[in-house]
Amino acid sequence: MAERKLRILVGKPGLDGHDRGAKVVARAFRDAGLEVIYTGLHQPPEQIVSAAIQEDVDCIGLSILSGAHNTLLPRVCQLLKDKQAEDISVFCGGVIPEDDIPGLKAAGLKEVFTPGTSTEDIVAWVKANIAC
Amino acid sequence: MGLAERILAGDLRAAARLMRDVDDGFASALEELKVLYPHTGRAYIIGITGPPGAGKSTLTDQITAAFRLQGKRVGIVAIDPTSPFTGGAILGDRIRMNRHADDPGVFIRSLATRGALGGISRSTGEVVNIMDAMGMDVVIIETVGVGQDEIDIVRMAHTTAVVMVPGLGDDIQAIKAGILEIADVFVVNKADRDGADRTARDLAVMLEMGKRQEGDWLPKVLKTEASRNKGIDELVAEFENHRQHLFSSGRIDHFLREKCAVVFSEMLKDRLFSAVLDRITADGRFNSTVESICQRDHNPYSAVETMLAEFLNRPATSL
Repeated sequence: MAERKLRILVGKPGLDGHDRGAKVVARAFRDAGLEVIYTGLHQPPEQIVSAAIQEDVDCIGLSILSGAHNTLLPRVCQLLKDKQAEDISVFCGGVIPEDDIPGLKAAGLKEVFTPGTSTEDIVAWVKANIAC
Repeated sequence: MGLAERILAGDLRAAARLMRDVDDGFASALEELKVLYPHTGRAYIIGITGPPGAGKSTLTDQITAAFRLQGKRVGIVAIDPTSPFTGGAILGDRIRMNRHADDPGVFIRSLATRGALGGISRSTGEVVNIMDAMGMDVVIIETVGVGQDEIDIVRMAHTTAVVMVPGLGDDIQAIKAGILEIADVFVVNKADRDGADRTARDLAVMLEMGKRQEGDWLPKVLKTEASRNKGIDELVAEFENHRQHLFSSGRIDHFLREKCAVVFSEMLKDRLFSAVLDRITADGRFNSTVESICQRDHNPYSAVETMLAEFLNRPATSL
């Protein structure tokens, strides 16, 4: 019987231009056998959500270092709901203060990875928590 | 309602899901494709191929913008390579096309090659058909970055553009067989770089050497700078010229018959092969036959003839 291949969108919402982390994580997913749709820098939430729907991904991993996470990440979750696509999970990584994490999770983020997390941990989390 | 009906009613998620079912080889996808098939055959299909880094994605982005100005709906199938070691892939073509992501008149799908070697994935034809059934006027297939011999695109697309860049080789490269023979349009992209005129001239000389009959299409060599949107209108006009040539010369009939013959024979080959393989794997004969060939107890030629005789219900001597 045919098997589902896990597909994931990796992108950077908003205005910060530091994509090294997103690329390292994208590469780790590739090496774990996932198909990674990499959409690059400066993505408005609307484009991220449209791309996720067109690509039929299982989850969206967002990297954000600008400090705008409390605005942009809940917006992605809300747009997914608006398009009846909340089955697509969203997680994020970046410079995110501990105090902001409960609010982000309440807004729909499945997980928040902070600096120092190993790529192995992120890949393991995706494999354990994202069903395709 | 099945996926096919939902797609015909304009449901994007259903379209995206069926593309995935096809890509993942789900048997259920065949039933949906059967329903969609009568709704296909309307879209104009353009292939963009060429070496890695030639600017295929950026050109695709600009061509899409030009078709959107004409009011046409555009589907894009963008193919990137699968890792031969892990089966994973990084599909990065969308980076150049993000501005179209939330345009309802554009649908972009990234595909990984998943081991196919001809420049496109095995699922490409079906994904194009789904976009066709979605009502896309134009479908652009951007192949994986190719070298000299990955030419599957030519049977898939009405018009194939081969994108070259300056500095990849001399005029001997230009007369070698392979992808240079399949172009309906040549694009020398990054035409602001040194050597662009030389590359265009080498291609033009190569074309002049070819034998052509009266009424044959003569590919043009066009120079573009995709990142500055230069030469794109001329390229889109040339696509239209080629499309008109296909129809006015009647070659469209030949193209479609060839395409259908390839689709049918490839599908027959795949299904026959997997039907046989599944059965002999299940009953253990695959492994035992391989072992006996390794031990030189049997030869592979007779082993295949024995299998064929059994499956076709005919004596081995008649094969």
